[in-house]
Amino acid sequence: MEYGLDKRSNALKTFNTTFIIIWLLIACFPFIWTFWGSFKVRADFFSRADWWYAISAFNTLLETGGQFTSKAYSEAWTEGEFWKASRNTIIVTVFVVSISLFLGTLGAYALSRSTERYAFWILIAALIFRAMPHITLVSGYLFPFFELQIWGILPTTIVVLVAINQPFTLWLLYSFFKTVPKELDESALIDGCSYFQAFRYIIMPVMWPGVITAGLFSLMLAYNDFTVTALLLNQENHTMVPKIQSYLGTNQHEGNLMWAVSAVVSATAPLFMLVMFFQRQVISGLTTGAIKG
Amino acid sequence: MPNKTFFWFFLPTGLAMILFIGLPIISTGIQSFYAQHDQVVKEVKKCDPFGCTVSIVVDQEATSILRDEKPLGKFNGFGTYIDRNHLAIEQISDFWKETDSFGEFINQVTNLPFYKALLFTLTYCLFVTPNVLLLGFIIALSLNAISRKIRGPLIFGTILPMIVTPLVGSLVLFWMIDAEGIIGANLQLMMEDPYLSLKSSRTLTWITIIIYGIWHHSPFAFVVFYAALQTVPQEPVEAAIIDGASRYQRIRHIVLPHIYPVVTFVALISLMDNFRVFEPIIGFSAEGSAQSLSWLIYDNLVNEEVILFGSAAATSMMTIIGIAILLAPVLIRTWKEFRTAR
Repeated sequence: MEYGLDKRSNALKTFNTTFIIIWLLIACFPFIWTFWGSFKVRADFFSRADWWYAISAFNTLLETGGQFTSKAYSEAWTEGEFWKASRNTIIVTVFVVSISLFLGTLGAYALSRSTERYAFWILIAALIFRAMPHITLVSGYLFPFFELQIWGILPTTIVVLVAINQPFTLWLLYSFFKTVPKELDESALIDGCSYFQAFRYIIMPVMWPGVITAGLFSLMLAYNDFTVTALLLNQENHTMVPKIQSYLGTNQHEGNLMWAVSAVVSATAPLFMLVMFFQRQVISGLTTGAIKG
Repeated sequence: MPNKTFFWFFLPTGLAMILFIGLPIISTGIQSFYAQHDQVVKEVKKCDPFGCTVSIVVDQEATSILRDEKPLGKFNGFGTYIDRNHLAIEQISDFWKETDSFGEFINQVTNLPFYKALLFTLTYCLFVTPNVLLLGFIIALSLNAISRKIRGPLIFGTILPMIVTPLVGSLVLFWMIDAEGIIGANLQLMMEDPYLSLKSSRTLTWITIIIYGIWHHSPFAFVVFYAALQTVPQEPVEAAIIDGASRYQRIRHIVLPHIYPVVTFVALISLMDNFRVFEPIIGFSAEGSAQSLSWLIYDNLVNEEVILFGSAAATSMMTIIGIAILLAPVLIRTWKEFRTAR
């Protein structure tokens, strides 16, 4: 927004720049600091004596002989079985994203092309479902899942996450399909295609921008989820986030807290990379609902 | 689209939502009327040369048979809702009779688990939501004035707090704010109080969690406001400049009215998200002084001995009612708009 007429005074410019710098520090410094600290020993990063140790690496030098150590990483990934947790996370994420996109595109396409009244009510119901705190749903799942003996395994969690994810995916893809001109598939219908064929040959080739955005959000939900995975999976099948929490709980082991620090960095890094690549899609996804909605 | 085609297209997603969102809510409702079984006790007569004693022991066998027969527990009606851990009707009426001043009464009531959690949840919503809107809007305005070339990386930095999961976000902050972390240690030095720490006072804990909430949610408000700012038409703004409107007046009378619908959207979403605050309490290990409704449910569900399904379900139902109250104005408005649109 560069106004030709709008002259900003220098004072305002300086103030603006300072504000942005301070905000970015607040937003990013905790992550940079954790990244830095994950290569130290516990006595440095959580120093009782002097916080400066975290920078000068006093104890890290004493214990390992170097300024930086990757001990926390190697221990967490092997001894702490973080490799298992990350494998589980990958399984859950891949399945949740693909299934919820498959269900979501079909449903949202139908919603966007329906002129009936119930389509509106379905969208409202989805909005209400979106507002449900996940923990209240989990308290509904636990008992039946115990009785059916499907508690603790990955497939159950995947299905649950897909379902929890549907309302948001539906809304997102609904507003995306609304921007795809109706005439496109209507002409195919006139030419004798069935609705499914129109979807397959006309809509599918043009829907990828919307699908990528929806996929990113499903991925973030599945990857980041704590409530569902912590309560519906057994120890063996824990994904990364509940695993991090379990490192916190067992504090008697000296290395454990550092395991948590390195696990946090390991879990966050891929997510940051992904968002860096797809920043535009994330932002467009967050705003479609708001601007057009 | 014909109804039949719509049905087949919508069936998979509809089924998923009914089975795993609709039914669980019903299941929660049913569970909330049941409570876990009491342990079956039996009297055991033990005789020795000095006489007989009767002691009461838990009949493990009978208890487990009872549990297997009726896994849901015993029917309790609204009993769970009004017990001490939930609405605590009895306790409140006692407090009302016993306490002398209103302040003391409120003090007693907010010490009951449910009201304590409700108080924290509402305080959190009340402080976080407006501040998120404000901070998000200021960041959006401010970034919007920065040269377009360097905005990309700046936006990336700004949205970082939002994309990490709340547990990780709160841990990362906690490790800095804690007494052994960089900020906590420096605060101790500055205040010259070696015992100052996050856990030392309830107020400090609440403030920390609220600050975390603002930090975590502001990027979302920022993103939406930033996108909305791009759609503000230029002509009225330029006209206002020519007419001599100050920067504040331009924002107040042109920009804000234009993005008003977006503001309500962000307020609603962040209110909904804040109402279910839960992970930061675990991240900050603040269970001692800050408990939210969601945390109460979690605590019941991870109970060591017996999972308190009934208790968790009752709290869940009341949380859902809370959400319904929050959503009601929006739903009513949508309904009215829908009616007039027809």
